[in-house]
Amino acid sequence: MTDATLSKGADSQGVGVDPARVSKLQAGIKKRYAKEARFKLYGVLAVSVAVGFLLLLLGRIIEQGHTAFYAHEITLPVYMDPARIDRTYPQGTNFELLVAEQELVRLGVQDDEQGTKARAMRSLFSSELKFRAAALVRNNPNIIGQTVTIAAPASDEADLFYKGEISRDTPSDQRRISDQQIVWLDQMKASGAVRTHFNGALFTNGDSTEPELAGVLGAVVGSALMLLVTALIAIPIGIGAAVYLEEFSPRNRISDLIEVNINNLAAVPSIVYGLLGVALFINWMHLPRSSPLVGGLVLALMALPTIIIATRSSLKAVPPSIREAALAMGASRTQTVFQHVLPLAMPGVMTGTIISMAHALGETAPLLLIGMVSFVPGIPHSAVEPTGALPSLVYIWENASERAFHERTAAAILVLLAFMIVMNAGAILLRRRFERRW
Amino acid sequence: MIWFFLLVVIALSALAFIGGRGLAVRRADAQTRAGGSKAHSRPAQHGLYALIWVGAPSLLVLILAGVFSGGIAHQALVAGASPEVEQLEPFRREAFFSDAYLVGAGQPSQQIWPAPLAEQLTVQGRRAAEIRTTLSIGTGIAALIAAVLGGLFVFIRIRPDLRARNRVEDWIGVVLFACSAVAVLTTIGIVFSLLWDSLRFFQSVPVAEFLFGTKWSPQIAIRADQVGSSGAFGAVPLFAGTFLIMIIAMCVAAPVGLFSAIYLSEYASRGSRAVVKPVLEILAGVPTVVYGFFAALTVGPALRVFFNSIGDFLIGGPLNDIGLYLSLVQNQMALVAGAVMGIMLIPFVSSLSDDIINSVPQTLRDGSYAMGATKSETVKKVLLPAALPGIAGALLLAMSRAIGETMIVTMAAGLAAKLTLNPLDTVTTVTVQIVTLLTGDQEFNSPKTLAAFGLGLTLFLVTLVLNIVAQRIVQTYREQYD
Repeated sequence: MTDATLSKGADSQGVGVDPARVSKLQAGIKKRYAKEARFKLYGVLAVSVAVGFLLLLLGRIIEQGHTAFYAHEITLPVYMDPARIDRTYPQGTNFELLVAEQELVRLGVQDDEQGTKARAMRSLFSSELKFRAAALVRNNPNIIGQTVTIAAPASDEADLFYKGEISRDTPSDQRRISDQQIVWLDQMKASGAVRTHFNGALFTNGDSTEPELAGVLGAVVGSALMLLVTALIAIPIGIGAAVYLEEFSPRNRISDLIEVNINNLAAVPSIVYGLLGVALFINWMHLPRSSPLVGGLVLALMALPTIIIATRSSLKAVPPSIREAALAMGASRTQTVFQHVLPLAMPGVMTGTIISMAHALGETAPLLLIGMVSFVPGIPHSAVEPTGALPSLVYIWENASERAFHERTAAAILVLLAFMIVMNAGAILLRRRFERRW
Repeated sequence: MIWFFLLVVIALSALAFIGGRGLAVRRADAQTRAGGSKAHSRPAQHGLYALIWVGAPSLLVLILAGVFSGGIAHQALVAGASPEVEQLEPFRREAFFSDAYLVGAGQPSQQIWPAPLAEQLTVQGRRAAEIRTTLSIGTGIAALIAAVLGGLFVFIRIRPDLRARNRVEDWIGVVLFACSAVAVLTTIGIVFSLLWDSLRFFQSVPVAEFLFGTKWSPQIAIRADQVGSSGAFGAVPLFAGTFLIMIIAMCVAAPVGLFSAIYLSEYASRGSRAVVKPVLEILAGVPTVVYGFFAALTVGPALRVFFNSIGDFLIGGPLNDIGLYLSLVQNQMALVAGAVMGIMLIPFVSSLSDDIINSVPQTLRDGSYAMGATKSETVKKVLLPAALPGIAGALLLAMSRAIGETMIVTMAAGLAAKLTLNPLDTVTTVTVQIVTLLTGDQEFNSPKTLAAFGLGLTLFLVTLVLNIVAQRIVQTYREQYD
């Protein structure tokens, strides 16, 4: 309805155009177009809010997490003082203090009676120093009395300082590192003892109470074991249930009930599955707490409805003519389903399954309830040992008080997101590769 | 141990398949040579039949053992415990036994026990290990017997006229039905586990006090004589907090999600749709713990700084009191959790609404355009009213998600149970309390732990009702155009 048609219509009837009415109508049209533009703008705004938020989220996490992927290592010569090292029990020696005192002498600092400065210096090294030095002595006791160079990670605070996360402009009572320590750190850096390297420990270590030694490997292995249990249980049962409901079940009240039930299960809050896990698997069946077995079982029950729904919809997409053709050739119902329908539906089934597995991988709340928040330093070897999982590690680290854990939390999230993206990309590829229109 | 038996069962089943197949071939050949008719089923189907009869009974034994052996072992351990252990308070006894399992498995115990109990711990640990070994060996023998019996049964029967295919297909039908029964069993499991522990909770705390009490402080003491040993279990502040955060989340998710859906289905070009859809899918795939981290470390501090600076600006002016309040706002508040949760729900709302808007028939749109309406008028006056029930259902589903969401609120909303409608206050929710009650040191059987199940039951019922209503609405609506 434009003004052109309007005036034409008026002319053809031979009626004189009322200019007031035309301008009123034109004003109305303008208003309507403005409304239209505004409405479209709201849509654009809504979409940009969603997209902008995703960018903000990813940007912030990368910004906070990228620094965790490199770390600083301090290399120092150590005189293995025979008076201080017990040849038979090298682990008992306080190597950190030994190194700290020698470093003070090298920097020309006089310590006080109580040894406060040595302690302040010592806190700049990771406790890893002690273990590395002890291992050196144990392997070769002859180095006692000699000077060797030992490399050890900087402590979390020193590391953050070198990364610029702790600013020297902050008033000294508000930062965890004193002015004196900053001077020493600068001197060490100037002497070339400090080296930046890729933080391999993040990927090869289990969890630790010390941020500079904490890694995600234990949690990755735990998550993998858990996902394995989930997949082994949820995928066959889910596909079986979907095949039964879609291809075999008689249409009666029982199958209706099962169907409604599955739809409701898909929307039950995940934490309720955690409660189920506590009551059923831990309190009743006495399966080991915090183990990937229990975690996997809970996640399997949770993933099951999603897999069933996805499988059913891809079974539905296979046209009836395929079934009729098979049946006409004398195949039984079971043969039709397992040799013709299911293989054709498989790409869709796999896509749905991968997506629900990715969801299970990221699920946290039920894991907290079955005890996956406890501190587990080692790397698990079986599905019945206590372990952590990637998402619960994120939760534990987020709650840690040391600031260095913040960047590691973000790094762990990046690892988690990388897994999710790989899985989802796999699902999308599958869909693209095998998508078929009937 | 059970894994070893599982492997044995799998190996035996494979052998049964090969044996059954071979036997079927031989017997069928003999019959054809003797001038008889051809076999009814193919050899592989005979093999499968043998596999099922060897595998299924033994697998059933293993599964039953997996489900029940833990409980039976525990019963046996508890029944044979010494009097020192018997005298312990219930939850200490539970802790003792769980340590006994650890010691039995060769791991260090979690707690340090006084002298007589420490000795008992080694004894009980050894007993626990013994009981477990006995049980698992017993299971293994039972599984083997089941496999052998099944094998005997089946190998006598393999004959050319055996209708192996039909039998196998009957079995497959049974297995498939059992698979779908798992979903029903899960529901029953959820309901029973929640009900059982909730009933025990409601024995010590009356239902009315739980539902209508306005004070929530479950910090119950471990010993009965300790100060403040009685907790308060009025859940109204938790419901209020949950509701407040849900409202905030919906205020973000509903308009943004709905407008995104409208834009994507009515306005967007193919190209922009191809970009925006995957972005929304990524947003939906981000784990909630990541949203929680983001809320706690980015959104929370940012909003605090924002409100504090407004507060500082207002102090001394006519709005001094508000300024004073705003300048003290903390990181953890309902607004942070609600807003981030709203963002999390955007893809959920938009994909559901997108489906529903798309399912409105094109004829309605064409009719509206033919009347000279603009796109926005068509959307507002034709599409939305037509799709309204479906959208309402989608929003209800989103609400039930918001009520059940845990990680974001755990990380960003706080722990203080307050009865408030102020979005800048810290509030706590049902899910947060479940997590706090069930993590850390806990003793089963105390009202504090059982309260989590009471809350879980309420949460389950509320979300269940919302889901059922929402699904009903969506389904009834969808049938109108099909």
